Amino acid sequence: MRTLTPKQRRNLGRIVLSAVLLAAVHFLPPLWQPFLLYLIPYGLIGWDVLWKALRNIAHGQVFDENFLMALATVGAFFTGEYAEAVFVMLFYQVGELFQDYAVGKSRRSIAALMDIRPEEANLEQPDGSVAVVDPEDVAVGDIIVVKPGERVPLDGVVLEGTSTLDTAALTGESVPRDATVGDSVLSGCINQRGVLRLRVTKPFADSTVSRILDLVENASEKKSRSEQFITRFARYYTPCVVIAAAALFAIPALLLALLPAASLPAFLLGTTWSDWLHRALIFLVISCPCALVISVPLSFFGGIGRASQLGILVKGSNYFEALAHTELAVFDKTGTLTQGTFSVTAVHPAEAAISEDQLLTYAALAEQWSDHPISQSLRAACPAELDTDRVADVEEIAGMGVTAMVDGHRVAVGNSRLMERLSVNALPCELPGTLVHVTVDGFYAGHIVISDRPKADARAAIEALRKAGVQQVVMLTGDTQEVAAAMAAQLGVDQFRAELLPADKVSSLEALLHEVSPRGKLAFVGDGINDAPVLSRADVGIAMGALGADAAIEAADVVLMDDQPSKIAVAISIARKTVTIVHQNIIFALSVKAVVLLLGALGFASMWAAVFADVGVAFLAILNAMRALYMKP
Amino acid sequence: MKKRFTLENLDCANCAAKMEAAIRKIDGVYDATVSFMTQKLTLEADDARFDEIVEQAAAACKKVDRDCVLRR
Repeated sequence: MRTLTPKQRRNLGRIVLSAVLLAAVHFLPPLWQPFLLYLIPYGLIGWDVLWKALRNIAHGQVFDENFLMALATVGAFFTGEYAEAVFVMLFYQVGELFQDYAVGKSRRSIAALMDIRPEEANLEQPDGSVAVVDPEDVAVGDIIVVKPGERVPLDGVVLEGTSTLDTAALTGESVPRDATVGDSVLSGCINQRGVLRLRVTKPFADSTVSRILDLVENASEKKSRSEQFITRFARYYTPCVVIAAAALFAIPALLLALLPAASLPAFLLGTTWSDWLHRALIFLVISCPCALVISVPLSFFGGIGRASQLGILVKGSNYFEALAHTELAVFDKTGTLTQGTFSVTAVHPAEAAISEDQLLTYAALAEQWSDHPISQSLRAACPAELDTDRVADVEEIAGMGVTAMVDGHRVAVGNSRLMERLSVNALPCELPGTLVHVTVDGFYAGHIVISDRPKADARAAIEALRKAGVQQVVMLTGDTQEVAAAMAAQLGVDQFRAELLPADKVSSLEALLHEVSPRGKLAFVGDGINDAPVLSRADVGIAMGALGADAAIEAADVVLMDDQPSKIAVAISIARKTVTIVHQNIIFALSVKAVVLLLGALGFASMWAAVFADVGVAFLAILNAMRALYMKP
Repeated sequence: MKKRFTLENLDCANCAAKMEAAIRKIDGVYDATVSFMTQKLTLEADDARFDEIVEQAAAACKKVDRDCVLRR
């Protein structure tokens, strides 16, 4: 209750006081004119509604909530249902208060989830001292200091210092990243250890943290189909119910007045005009649309907040719906399902005399001064320490490889062209990837297979997608047919398209778009670096590993801040749950209202039931919507 | 030009929808969304008459709910 605003607290006090007064008037013996007595709590609880109703009528806003409640309760007063009139107004105010509270709370919870906006920056002055300033006042090229425990306020490059950064606020997972001189660091990360001096590379407005916050804030701009449906529905619903209410009163009242008692139709027998007025008032109470209208955006808002907490940025409620209906997931291979870096995947010595380790060590030693990615992966896989004294006479043969003296042996390491040049018969390999052949003293010693490796969670991610309801997973790649086939089998994707040029990826995707059912959606997952056209062509474009990649954040509809493909299944599952909550709310609210309207018309529903159909339903729908904030993926 | 404004005292979801519909009808408005959850109006309108359109939008909001103020 501490979180109530002053206005909410005043309203709460008013509700309690009028409830007490209502009970007193209702249960104490009648001392005075009951009409005037009931007017006291009614005026206390309802004056603002009555006032707003009058004011809005002057503006031509006829189907305004305040007007409907005012008309219904004043009507009830005049039919002698004093207690009912006060109760309905009281309950309506309780509903308003709760709604206000719930919306405020979910807004604050989401603000707290996204509480990554840095408050201040330590700006280094020309004289070497440090001043605390607003991050917005820091210019590109300025030097800032980030102390341990502080949040990096702006994107920059490290000039001095070494530290570990916690990216949890951006990615949802606390994976420490090392930062040292020359590394670029992103705003929003928390500096865990050393003091860093940074040169700012982007103004605050373009810094990672601002862009992320902007994106989440603006997500509610892109409205979902459910939301459009419900606002359009409300636009017709209220006038229709009000007109029905008028007819429900006018027609029977007219018939009762004009027809002789003997010839009355059956449904009018034994009723008076005030019964029909009462039924019409029930309609007015149910005609308020707010419960419906609020529960839909509130659910999506919660879902968006929850997803961003997990490092999944969804750019609009409409993409939530598309994600929830994903039938076909298309992946770009390199950098998405695979690590996008080369590593040694197999070592095949040609004869028993040489061991795998020895072969790898020879290759790595010979290649130790090369900075080619293949040499790097050889060095990374080398089991022995790289001792420069063991190597002499290194000669690099461009486009082929190297030759060197290693431990007194003449070693050659390179591709098949090098083997041809040395007139050595290289053996082929059944594994896909790049082959590095090795000869020792002129004899073929074996080869090392180097290839791109799948990400640790890639296979599990694809299985999780199937569990989440995705029917087919397709992989697109520019790689050769063999490499693609091997990777597809290893990961368990259903189909693949290999040897694609960037433009071919768009046309492949367009062909795949025809394979989904009319309601189903196609999601494309890429790294966002060179597949922007494909991302925008898909129903939902998902960019992953987007931390620091501005182009990806721009092009995609859903942005995964880290590079784990398993997050896609998480995103789909959150989207499904959010959409389920939305559907539950729509169906629940509409059916309760329909039932109460029907019962009201037949004279079985009281005004108490009507106010439940309005406020009670709003209450339950809001509680249901708030679940979206706390969903488990 | 596309600009974002805060709507103060916007406290009814249906009013937000009504405001959105009313603002979209203003001449020169290309697109408008009123988000009840973030209490924001995003307005995309004719550059030349932008200020005048913002005036009209503020009036449209006022007409739906007298307490609602468009902050510039």
